[in-house]
Amino acid sequence: MTVTAPVLRFESVRKAFGEQVILDDVSLEVPEHSVTVLIGASGSGKSTLLRCANLLEEIDDGAIWLDGEDVTDPRVDADAVRRRIGVVFQAYNLFPHLTVLDNITLGPRRVHRLPRAEAERRALELLDRLGLAAKAGEYPDRLSGGQQQRVALVRAIVSEPRVLLLDEITAALDPELVTEVLAVVRDLKEQGRTMVLATHEMAFARDVADQVCFLADGVILERGTSEQVFGDPQHERTRRFLSRLSEAGRL
Amino acid sequence: MSADPITEERAPYAPSERRLAREAYRRSRTRRSALIATASTLGVAAVLFLVITGSPGWPVTRKTFLDPHYAREALSPVLHGFVLNLELLAVCGPTILVLGLLIAAARTLRGPVFLPVRLLATAYVDFFRGFPLIILLLLTVFGVPALQLQGVTNDPILLGGAALVINYSAYVAEVFRAGIESVHPSQRAAARSLGLGYAQTMRFVVLPQAVRRVVPALVNDMASLQKDTGLVYVGGAIDAVAAAHIQVASSFNYTPLVVAGLGFVILTIPMTRYADWLTRRMDRRRAQGGIV
Repeated sequence: MTVTAPVLRFESVRKAFGEQVILDDVSLEVPEHSVTVLIGASGSGKSTLLRCANLLEEIDDGAIWLDGEDVTDPRVDADAVRRRIGVVFQAYNLFPHLTVLDNITLGPRRVHRLPRAEAERRALELLDRLGLAAKAGEYPDRLSGGQQQRVALVRAIVSEPRVLLLDEITAALDPELVTEVLAVVRDLKEQGRTMVLATHEMAFARDVADQVCFLADGVILERGTSEQVFGDPQHERTRRFLSRLSEAGRL
Repeated sequence: MSADPITEERAPYAPSERRLAREAYRRSRTRRSALIATASTLGVAAVLFLVITGSPGWPVTRKTFLDPHYAREALSPVLHGFVLNLELLAVCGPTILVLGLLIAAARTLRGPVFLPVRLLATAYVDFFRGFPLIILLLLTVFGVPALQLQGVTNDPILLGGAALVINYSAYVAEVFRAGIESVHPSQRAAARSLGLGYAQTMRFVVLPQAVRRVVPALVNDMASLQKDTGLVYVGGAIDAVAAAHIQVASSFNYTPLVVAGLGFVILTIPMTRYADWLTRRMDRRRAQGGIV
């Protein structure tokens, strides 16, 4: 990994909902052009960590740095921060009243103030690359889950974000649709995009991750390359988590 | 395609005995349902007809409420009065929709700066939803002129219209608010994640979905408004209801009121059909995929 400053850095992040501590002193660096994979059971804090980075949740303590700027400082313009971060959700969250093309161009046109023609040119180029150009005029509910999620990926990258946050983006998909979505993510890695993804697809995680973090009860219990975490887990809970998954045939 | 022994040996599909028997059974059931429906409708109609026309007071009632002679006579003044109802609807309807949307949006604003706006909007809705329309009309139509303010109209039509706008905006605001709150929070999260601000998220993501969902409820309110435009007669304006009343007063025959009432029904039907058509068109556009 290079010595450049990390794109995204979590510094002792703490987040609690009432009495329940979701993130407890989480520190993590995401270097440029790298893929960080968060694994762990449901409720371990993966999604919350991503939502905090995108300022959809306010953290209680610590700081999150994007390109050297403390974005958790309350004086920071949250919209300006979100502009530089791309997010894809588990449930796609496409806008049902807009066509595929309008879903993708909404951000470029309204936030980045691109002319309509330029925004649509970019969108169609990306859609074409994913084999979805024919769907540009369709409304999202006419698309399969896999197609919707690929559109959501295009929507997230069309404005060239500094970092892409993918929150269990295949969790709602049929197994055969998972493949087509993960192929796109692999492609994005090839392009050198910086990504943080929370996933239950362990084989995929092992394959694409430059860095794997195992979260349990809001703590990063184990962190390393995929060889280290999957091949030689140090922590007892990591071992148990991975063996349960392999029993379930997910590894 | 590779040669597949299973598909190769397959004969072309022919409906089985089982399917034919099921279809025949379903057809016979459909015929039976149609017969029962017709018979029961005719039966109910016959009973109603016999009960009403057979009642002891029917001849007098018919003469008082359904006299063709008075109906013809009332038609022209009542239609003339309807112009005022339609004018009020045409002006008040859109004003109410805009004002209602603004009040609803004000109620959903967050942040301390907007506290007074939010409180004001909430108080407005609380008050005017509870305040009886007829009292509000009397207060505006007679109270405002009594103040003798310079430059403020005394026209009962304008003041009556204002009262309608004030009252209905409170209702319509609640309909819009329900629509806004029915849009799933994940839609806002997705919009904000793109970097859209609060106002942009409302305008491009939340409101378009919210408004579509409340169209039927809004049509309901507009139909109700259409009838309530008749209440401006309390200030002396001559609308369809007032025109009918004048006829009644001179002849002591109530047929003109029935004519006016039917007129309102006839006006409401196209509005409902238009809303149905609008909703269907939106659905179809989504289902077909549409052209960009």
